[in-house]
Amino acid sequence: MNGVTPLIEVEHLTMRFGGLLAIDDVSFSARSHEITAIIGPNGAGKTTVFNCITGFYKPTIGRLTLRGDREFLLERMLGHEIGQQAKVARTFQNIRLFPGMTVLENLMVAQHNKLMRASGMSVFGLLGLERYRAAEAAAVEKARDWLERIGLVPDADRPAGELPYGAQRRLEIARAMCTDPRLLCLDEPAAGLNPRESAALNALLVSIRERDGIGVLLIEHDMSVVMQISDHVVVLDYGRKIAEGPPAEVRQDPAVIRAYLGTDEGEAPNA
Amino acid sequence: MGPRLPHMLKDSGLTAFVAAALGFFIVGFRTYDASGKGLVFDYQFTDLAIAIATIFVGRMGLLLAAEGLRWPALLLGAVLGAIGAGPLRLPSDFLHWFMALAGLLIVGRTLWPWANQSFSAAQHSPAGKALGAVGAKWFGWILIVAAIALPFAPFSDQKTMDLAVLILTYVMLGWGLNIVVGLAGLLDLGYVAFYAVGAYTYALLSTEVGLSFWVVLPVAGMVAASFGILLGFPVLRLRGDYLAIVTLGFGEIIRLVLINWVDLTHGPDGVRSIPGPTFFGAVFAETASAGHQTFSEMMGLPFSSTQRLIFLYYIILVLALATNLFTQRMRRLPVGRAWEALREDETACRALGINPTSTKLTAFAIGAMFAGFAGSFFAAKQRFVSPESFVFIESAIILAIVVLGGMGSQIGVVLAAALLIGLPEWFRELGSYRMIAFGLAMVLIMVFRPRGLIAHREPSLRLHPVRRGGAP
Repeated sequence: MNGVTPLIEVEHLTMRFGGLLAIDDVSFSARSHEITAIIGPNGAGKTTVFNCITGFYKPTIGRLTLRGDREFLLERMLGHEIGQQAKVARTFQNIRLFPGMTVLENLMVAQHNKLMRASGMSVFGLLGLERYRAAEAAAVEKARDWLERIGLVPDADRPAGELPYGAQRRLEIARAMCTDPRLLCLDEPAAGLNPRESAALNALLVSIRERDGIGVLLIEHDMSVVMQISDHVVVLDYGRKIAEGPPAEVRQDPAVIRAYLGTDEGEAPNA
Repeated sequence: MGPRLPHMLKDSGLTAFVAAALGFFIVGFRTYDASGKGLVFDYQFTDLAIAIATIFVGRMGLLLAAEGLRWPALLLGAVLGAIGAGPLRLPSDFLHWFMALAGLLIVGRTLWPWANQSFSAAQHSPAGKALGAVGAKWFGWILIVAAIALPFAPFSDQKTMDLAVLILTYVMLGWGLNIVVGLAGLLDLGYVAFYAVGAYTYALLSTEVGLSFWVVLPVAGMVAASFGILLGFPVLRLRGDYLAIVTLGFGEIIRLVLINWVDLTHGPDGVRSIPGPTFFGAVFAETASAGHQTFSEMMGLPFSSTQRLIFLYYIILVLALATNLFTQRMRRLPVGRAWEALREDETACRALGINPTSTKLTAFAIGAMFAGFAGSFFAAKQRFVSPESFVFIESAIILAIVVLGGMGSQIGVVLAAALLIGLPEWFRELGSYRMIAFGLAMVLIMVFRPRGLIAHREPSLRLHPVRRGGAP
């Protein structure tokens, strides 16, 4: 059901830090069953857009509407409510796992809200009631499924911080997916991966789009990832949207080429 | 060793010189009150010379050990240890201890790399692994059985039992604070405030209202937990050092309120004649007031003052074990995992939809609750509370127990409490030097085990089970 109504709609998003205009009136939308890539040179404001969507920043101006079982106005929600209720999950540019906890525990923490409800705010859990134990077993099964998809079943009981870099990246995505999100925001998931790991990541992202049917929002520098798997591309430069469309179209866009390769003077136009 | 020797001699000489400069006035002179003649100087240059010589030789030994020259270092260590512990009379007891410890330090330093190597080799051998798994599983149970049997051991006199009760109180406080600091990673420097709240709750409710210990115990926990929530709400959005400072302030505020709210708390005089806990209504005294029974009458035993002590011991043992059991269960629940996740990365927690404030608040409130239980036990044991028992150093000691034990480790807390509370008591013979020995022990632990005595963390659940059950 590739719906016409977008999953998330970003309208007139503006973010100002003191005198710096980090994002200037950016509007775009993303759909379920699609991978939407946000690209742009360094400092274009991509991560700031993410931080606004996931509640780490409060936008100066703008409306962020997420359509789930009801409409969520993300700019009015507290940081953790966006994950809890609107079900937006994210990963970070610099990986943020819980390094001292095991791989399995990382995935269990992601299912916290569900398990908290099943444990009756810990009361049922303390008493060891069947109801909680069943929920916990289901959560472990879900974690195991994801570990199979990212190929980390044998490492389940190792501290997450001990994993190789590429595995940590995959684990962070699996952890985000364990929250049952409607929208998954990935901040440079391919950064630092070798070509083989990068290809595995592409396959994982495509499988998330096909099997889980959620919307994926992707910040990426690696053009091979962007061009191969994204359905829709939004290009930012100096906080403004300079192009939007299918990948094949965007890569021909003169404004995009200028932003990436520079103008004749070697300087991009100032915002 | 040829070319390094002059350098070593120079380094040792420099160390001895610094020690001489520092010690000249501190150790070299002593004033004492000669009766009728006022203060008189006493010269202790022999002491000073022996101490400086010990420092010179000790530094030499450490340098030799660092160079890997095992035998000369061991020889120096053995000589120092032999003089310190031997029959030769030195001018003061302290010098005996000082030399013996210096010798021990050198021997320890020399053997450390070798011991460490063979220890880790043994740990990674299959036999070592199996032994470790069994040991971890049974060590806790052995400790519990030993703790239950302790009052009936032949060597258990009044002094031992007093110390055991004291240590167990700190074990319980350590386990309570472990939830806040070890699991949730919230640095709380005012933990003693909740201990005070619990103690005063029982003290006042029993003396003013006449409620019994067993009724007040849960109430004291609740009151302390409420104070935890009250404090937690405004401050838990702070992180790290800022939180530490605010909790430190809270601890002081509670103490100052206890001193100054004279109408309620009797101020610095404290609350007196608090009734002790009863055993199914029987009191622990030689004679009971009308309508009450004494424990010895009830059991048909001759009266002895140790009965009360043993009873107190079992109460605190049960309370402490309950704290431990509760914490162990919580750790395996979603809240417990969320606490640890918060300690690891708060930002990631928020991105996963975990409410950091309420999660921290539960950790804070539960930690405070156990301090409240321990506090009301303390009041019932002492039969007297005053604000002086709840000074900052208490918070610091409890925190030190948690940190030295290894953050989040339950057994580590037991070991650290036995060490930190027991050691100063055992070292009482050292007189005023015992705090130096205490400091030395802490420095040694931090040098050799920077992550605490027990740094191992057992996962809260496993996908591939290694063994069933776990240490309590």
